[in-house]
Amino acid sequence: MSLALAVCAATLFGCGTYLLLQRTLTRVILGIALLGHGTVLLLQVAGGRAGAPPLMSPDTPGSAVVDPLPHALALTAIVITFGVTAFLLALAYRSWSLTQDDEVRDDLEDRLVARRIDAEIERSQAAAERERSDGRPEGDGS
Amino acid sequence: MTALLPLSVVLPLVGAALCLVFSRVRALQRTVTLVTLAAGVGMAAMVLARVDAEGPTAVQVGEWAAPVGITLVADLMAALFLLFAMLTILGVAVYAIGQGADGRSVFHPAYLVLAAGVAGSFLAGDLFNLFVCFEMMLIASYVLITIGATEAQVRSGMTYVVINLTASTLFVTVVAFVYAATGTLNLADLSGRFASLPQALQLAIGLSLFVMFGVKAAIFPLFGWLPDSYPNAPTAVTAVFAGLLTKVGVYAIIRTQTVLGLDELGTFILVVAGITMVVGVVGAIAQGEVKRILSFHIISQIGYMIMGLGLFTVAGVAGAIFYVIHQIPGKTVLFLAGGLVEETTGTGELHRLGGLIRSAPVIAVAFLIPALSLGGIPPLAGFVAKLSLVQAGLSAEAWVIVAVALVASILTMVSMTKIWSGVFWGDPDEAPPLPAALGATRLRPPALMTAATLATVGITLAIAVFAGPIFDMATRAAESALDNTAYVEAVMGS
Repeated sequence: MSLALAVCAATLFGCGTYLLLQRTLTRVILGIALLGHGTVLLLQVAGGRAGAPPLMSPDTPGSAVVDPLPHALALTAIVITFGVTAFLLALAYRSWSLTQDDEVRDDLEDRLVARRIDAEIERSQAAAERERSDGRPEGDGS
Repeated sequence: MTALLPLSVVLPLVGAALCLVFSRVRALQRTVTLVTLAAGVGMAAMVLARVDAEGPTAVQVGEWAAPVGITLVADLMAALFLLFAMLTILGVAVYAIGQGADGRSVFHPAYLVLAAGVAGSFLAGDLFNLFVCFEMMLIASYVLITIGATEAQVRSGMTYVVINLTASTLFVTVVAFVYAATGTLNLADLSGRFASLPQALQLAIGLSLFVMFGVKAAIFPLFGWLPDSYPNAPTAVTAVFAGLLTKVGVYAIIRTQTVLGLDELGTFILVVAGITMVVGVVGAIAQGEVKRILSFHIISQIGYMIMGLGLFTVAGVAGAIFYVIHQIPGKTVLFLAGGLVEETTGTGELHRLGGLIRSAPVIAVAFLIPALSLGGIPPLAGFVAKLSLVQAGLSAEAWVIVAVALVASILTMVSMTKIWSGVFWGDPDEAPPLPAALGATRLRPPALMTAATLATVGITLAIAVFAGPIFDMATRAAESALDNTAYVEAVMGS
């Protein structure tokens, strides 16, 4: 197994995951693309050692040539990733033209819950504030 | 006869191509869709009859021998799922046509590609083709879920697409791991070679597969995308997704875990199943809108199916298979009935609805029967499914999961009662008036929609009536899935 390929795949996975966790759609799409490349590299690593092209005559020993199956799988995976990335870009463009914003928005329910939590925090802060301001004159007085 | 297996996948794809050609003539598109899907149902029935009589059937597409070529296999489990999936897809297609949900010319092609993807996923004989068919199904679902391109659909569709893509990336990663470890992707070949791997590696591969399909099946804690995205899509789309997509995920989990035969994961699967049941149903109780309640129910029901697998006994897996069979039309019809409510009144918000049992008794019946079935009331199919799972749990002495399943079942009934009393009982005049935008509502949904819904109710009733023979088949399907000698022989021997 080639160390360089493994390290490359790991780097692609790391960067892809980081980008995927961003809130900007364009970065998310780049993240998906990087993850896709990472898996394609991983498929190559899964194929084992490098070798001669798999164009065999009946007397070529099987160990001399590279395993062709992962290459076929990788090609299919590349085509699928390509198609889906194109779809995602179209979706992101639609999202941008609807909202003029590249950020992923929260669900309506999520926003309602978040607002309620914010309001509760504010209320408890205000209560704490009041307690402190109520308590201070007493403290000063004693 | 063996041509039926590839045809089940290819025919919907040809139909999709024809629909693209006829994209300007809606009537032709509709004819092509209905004819293709009806043929799909017929072929699925023939496949089931053949598999039932002669055991698993395999086809090597392109005559490449088994471990290398593209293998399509139908065993009893796949054939059963295929038949009920095709019936449901046909029912929803009629409903969508009745509703006029196919206004955009891309609807029919995408719908048929979805059907092809579902059929392909059930029949795929190796991991990579399973991935390709899954992708086919999912890409069609991306198009369908964002078909209106409204702001809500684009927002929730984005989450849906990104999460499913991440899971698919994980799928390819697992494919690479499996290939590097065993040198094969063919499921039948894999089941022979897997046992010789080191224990830790076996567990790692089994767990990665479980987690990855878990995202698609929406098990705890990987279900967040489902209740967010499903309610925003058009009703017909949500209904077919609810009935099929997560179930294909469950099928993939059952198939891969039984092939790998990792009984050690049983306890872990049972814990996940229990939490999924409870969290899903509690989420359902908290919601106030028909489609959202039903979306959370999907999650809760997935827990039951996973529970059957987690027991790793013939009775447990048979229960899981029967559960999936009754859920495919059962869950779909609930969404169809919910869509009829929206079509009649213009809303699905519980606090705006009431008294529909008087103004629309047919919808009430169409909702009541599958709802009672889902709650596990005898003699409906849901009762048989839950009873078989509970019995399997008791005979495996898994007391905790049985208790959790029973409690979750009661809670399911509670949340169904919430919809029932909110929508169908009560006085419509007490509910706050609808906003002006929704004022112009029809009191009668198109007859075709109602007919399609009632036909799907008929399928769920048929499952209840023929529960004996179907359960018998499910038991044999579970036996052959757990001891997959016949499956391996059909694939490798031919």
